[in-house]
Amino acid sequence: MDLPVIGNAQAAGGCASGGCGSAPDALAHLPDHIRLKVQDHPCYSEEAHHYFARMHVAVAPACNIQCNYCNRKYDCANESRPGVVSELLSPDHAIRKVLAVAAAIPQMTVLGIAGPGDPLANPSRTFETFRQLSEKAPDIKLCLSTNGLRLPEFADEIAKHNIDHVTITINCLDPRVGAQIYPWIFWNKRRIRGEEGAAILIAQQQMGLEMLVARGVLVKVNSVMIPGVNDQHLKEVSRVVKAKGAFLHNVMPLIAEAEHGTYYGLMGQDSPTSAELQALQDECAGDMAMMRHCRQCRADAVGLLGEDRGAEFTLDKIADMDLDYGAAMAKRKEVREALVEQMAAKRGAPSTQPAMAELAPVGTRPVLMAVAAKNGLVGEHFGHAREFLVYEAAPEGVRFIGHRKVDLYCGGLDSCGEGDAEPESILDKTIAALSGCEAVLCSKVGFEPWGRLEAAGIAPNGEHALEPIEEAVTAVYREMLAAGKLAKPVAARKRA
Amino acid sequence: MALQIIAPCVNCWACVEVCPNQAIFEALPHFLVDEAKCTECLGDEAEPQCAAICPIEAAIVNELGEALNPYGSLTGIPMGKLIQLGIIRSAL
Repeated sequence: MDLPVIGNAQAAGGCASGGCGSAPDALAHLPDHIRLKVQDHPCYSEEAHHYFARMHVAVAPACNIQCNYCNRKYDCANESRPGVVSELLSPDHAIRKVLAVAAAIPQMTVLGIAGPGDPLANPSRTFETFRQLSEKAPDIKLCLSTNGLRLPEFADEIAKHNIDHVTITINCLDPRVGAQIYPWIFWNKRRIRGEEGAAILIAQQQMGLEMLVARGVLVKVNSVMIPGVNDQHLKEVSRVVKAKGAFLHNVMPLIAEAEHGTYYGLMGQDSPTSAELQALQDECAGDMAMMRHCRQCRADAVGLLGEDRGAEFTLDKIADMDLDYGAAMAKRKEVREALVEQMAAKRGAPSTQPAMAELAPVGTRPVLMAVAAKNGLVGEHFGHAREFLVYEAAPEGVRFIGHRKVDLYCGGLDSCGEGDAEPESILDKTIAALSGCEAVLCSKVGFEPWGRLEAAGIAPNGEHALEPIEEAVTAVYREMLAAGKLAKPVAARKRA
Repeated sequence: MALQIIAPCVNCWACVEVCPNQAIFEALPHFLVDEAKCTECLGDEAEPQCAAICPIEAAIVNELGEALNPYGSLTGIPMGKLIQLGIIRSAL
């Protein structure tokens, strides 16, 4: 099989011009040596995620704790969420897959091990994979994502394997909160339940965080926002992990659908609304850099964030691929340098964004807009969008807020069966997902959705097709201002 | 004397990693215990290691067929809910 190799940087680039890359950089406060490390890491840099791709290899099946948002029956091809994979890989197979993907997708810079269980509950598979990779593909950044229970034990090993990025999922600091999230852990050869187990997990996570920071490993903290359980508590988590040296905090919404069979799903635990998530992220942002572009990937995801090309690289498909990694590595270097240059050029270019303070007086209320984006442009048809990026336009500028998925987490109700198929149409769900947004920018929108969107108070807008996102959002904000739509006071603003 | 892995098992490998006797092996449709190697961890560990880490209720049984982790013991999902959802039958 011929491997498609992208011929030039222009084609490889996500955002060809303008757009989200010039958004205020959440990592701007970081020291240069850290910024250098993360500038081409799609999961850490909002800017980089438009250009660079990542992949996860599912080599770590076992887990040593139970989380109430997880169900260990993890094999479903239709779902996209953490912990879900289709094909478990041996370390040898994983290496083969990584080399195949690295050759086919030269902008893939990052290899992560994230499960489907916990990488450190499968230490031999995990470190064997890292060991072989650092030998055979030294140009790929290695990272792992862990619950932290065995982190202190492996901190030295992690530093030794040149794994310079680790994500720890920390949902709480208080064992009483922890007992509501973790029913048990496996520790010192025993199953330990309730607050006692949670207290051990929390202590291990905090010690692991400190040890990694002391060894110069970059640490991101993931937290799952569980309304009524840890939502208020996460502000304290954010403050503490920042003080200990975590460089990025990623607050993610709980995914809890009954058909996933998780404790929270079956017990009817609420997930946060987009507005609740954004409010908490904003509150935590006072303390540290927040990540807002997380797509909660599967443990075997391949490609740019928000896309999954895993199906192109199954074991039977990669078995026939003819690999020349030396050549691929040279190509990768070229592509990576071109992309970094492209990002730098865009950053250095005079801002395409007019100073809106001239047009929107200070105090003019901010507006949320949804964008059907493709490659950093208003490039997708309304009906084809699987997610919308949400931007806030305000007198101070345009900022990226997050994304709203519009496909179901489990796309195939037919095949997955158990869930009740709602009579609600996909359009109704899309409109509900866009709540709080006052406009939706897309390259095209059909007649029916146009009317339904208007009726829902979301102005459809197809006039900025193929424009860079921020320019388009800026233009629409100015139009709204000129039309007197921003006159009403902030208090009357429709809540997201 | 040996433990057994039965149908609810989801092949997650957790037990394989912790079995002190390497008594558990990969098989389809689910993993199995090698009766010749399994000691039920008697005399060595406070509890059978496979059952202490297994996340799936009713997947590991003793020679009497009794689940070491019965329904309702691991996930916190109450029995009533499991029955209501048809995940288990009330007869169990």
